[in-house]
Amino acid sequence: MRSLPLQALVIAGLVATTACSKKKEDLPPPPPPAATTTTTTTDSGAGANTGAVTSSAVPGSAADFQQQAGDRVYFAYDSYELDEASRGTLSKQASWLQRYGNVRITVEGHADERGTREYNLALGDRRANAVKNYLAAQGVGAGRISTISYGKERPEVQGSDEESFAQNRRGVTVISGGAAS
Amino acid sequence: MRLFPLMFALLTVIAAPAHAVLRVDINSGIQQPMPIAVPAFATPAVAPTAAGSTDVLGRQMAEVIANDLASSGLFRPLDPAAYTTRVGFPDVAAPQFPSWRTIAAQALVTGSVQANADGTITLGCYLYDVFSEERLDAQNFTATVPTWRRLAHRCADLVYSRLTGETGYFDSRIVYVSETGPKTSRIKRLAIMDQDGANHRFLTNGQSLVLTPRFAPNQQTIAYMSFAQNRPRVYVYNIGSGSQQLVGDFPNMSFAPRFAPDGNSLVLSMAQAGNTDIYRLDIGSRRLTRLTTSPGIDTAASYSPDGTKIVFESDRGGGQQIYVMNADGSGQQRISFGDGRYATPVWSPRGDLIAFTKMGGGQFKIGVMRPDGGGERLLTNSWQDEGPTWSPNGRVIMFFRTGQSSRSRAGNADLWSVDLTGLNERRIQTPLDGSDPAWSPLLR
Repeated sequence: MRSLPLQALVIAGLVATTACSKKKEDLPPPPPPAATTTTTTTDSGAGANTGAVTSSAVPGSAADFQQQAGDRVYFAYDSYELDEASRGTLSKQASWLQRYGNVRITVEGHADERGTREYNLALGDRRANAVKNYLAAQGVGAGRISTISYGKERPEVQGSDEESFAQNRRGVTVISGGAAS
Repeated sequence: MRLFPLMFALLTVIAAPAHAVLRVDINSGIQQPMPIAVPAFATPAVAPTAAGSTDVLGRQMAEVIANDLASSGLFRPLDPAAYTTRVGFPDVAAPQFPSWRTIAAQALVTGSVQANADGTITLGCYLYDVFSEERLDAQNFTATVPTWRRLAHRCADLVYSRLTGETGYFDSRIVYVSETGPKTSRIKRLAIMDQDGANHRFLTNGQSLVLTPRFAPNQQTIAYMSFAQNRPRVYVYNIGSGSQQLVGDFPNMSFAPRFAPDGNSLVLSMAQAGNTDIYRLDIGSRRLTRLTTSPGIDTAASYSPDGTKIVFESDRGGGQQIYVMNADGSGQQRISFGDGRYATPVWSPRGDLIAFTKMGGGQFKIGVMRPDGGGERLLTNSWQDEGPTWSPNGRVIMFFRTGQSSRSRAGNADLWSVDLTGLNERRIQTPLDGSDPAWSPLLR
């Protein structure tokens, strides 16, 4: 009888910590710690910085991409503008993609639930293309980038609150081929 | 057949139409639905059918009709427990009016069900004014046994039509998207059911995300959007054969399909490099004609019933608003000017109104306005009401209502209907959650 509550407590604690860290990771601005965005003054600086990160992932793999650059950017309500944080993330994505020239990507555009279904499909397409255009302008061949809009159909989180909506308004760069495994 | 005096009855009714002493005024907003009795239908001879014996079918048909009439909000079917008389076969054409007056029925529907030698069944449907003892209408309907519910719906349509002066809408179907699971990995399937929820069946298996089904005028084909092969595009589904066909192998996302009234073409939206425009696709030749060219999002197109105009939404002016254009894309004109954002316009089958979703003040509402933008009226208001579709007679609007979700629990998504007056809001029962309803034309 005495050990049971303790066990429950430990499990609850574990759940709490994983939930916390996951939550933090998902919060806008993008996943990497705030420090990296402030040091992204130049591309080479960013490269040096990310190069210094001790990565357990296989270089050129999807996990490596996630660690070195981060796979997503966030948008304001009904907007497809890339803010400074998003541009920072996308610049890192672009330099990673230039390093691994065989990798192909699909950019997913997503919307929060507070819009009508068809409009949100179009809005997701706008967001995916905003990401694509930025990466292409940074030198990633447009032929390597495809886009797909999921509108409001595939939220990252389920809640109907502002924090959830902010996480759901996103562009996600998914590696679709050519990555190391 | 000697027991069916209906042919003659019908002729006399047509020859000498009764003056409308009994009438439901559908426009003023019904405070007092008309009390109506729909006793179990009689049979000239109890006979077995594949759907049960004719006396059992007679009881079930009366229930289907009472349910149809009640769902309109215009009628109040009386509780059969209060009936003081039983309707035998001879009473069908000669009811005991005094006993119906004692329970304050204003209208009375009687009927008889007969199994025919060719395997079909015939419903004789009679409508009476209880106080004047006048027969208002009578008609025979014949169908195959498995479609017996349609006989009841057609009888209900006759009653509705005779007492309201409007065409009925009960003999119709709904296609919609059945939903289940957490919002982050929602499973969505096309499903179809009768207007009253009966004969429900799934059309797709849920492997691919499907959205926005829309009936063709022939009621046998459904245009919809599917994410099959991770390429979101417009398909058509044939209800009879179950076949699904891509309408065009376009390189970009195609969505928001809707048929033209002649069924020969459909309008759809296509996104290209972040810009969405409306196109017309000729189904026979697969030729695509671009109708809008604005740099904004132009989508959710819907034809006027005469096919000469298209209503759509666009954010070209900043936020989503409703526009009307000629069917060839010329003469594009904004018609919505109220506060908030307007979306998903759908032209009424009567042509007189456009239903829409309005977003503002943190709520999503269903409303209607005239095609010139005037006379805006909001019919519903909730956290998220969206995607109106019209009953075939343009009197009722179905839509879907989504509740707020928490992180751990998905908010409900359900189909609802509301009368054009804004009264009689009611939830449509579906096996799972539902969204994106589309009402068929009458099945006749």
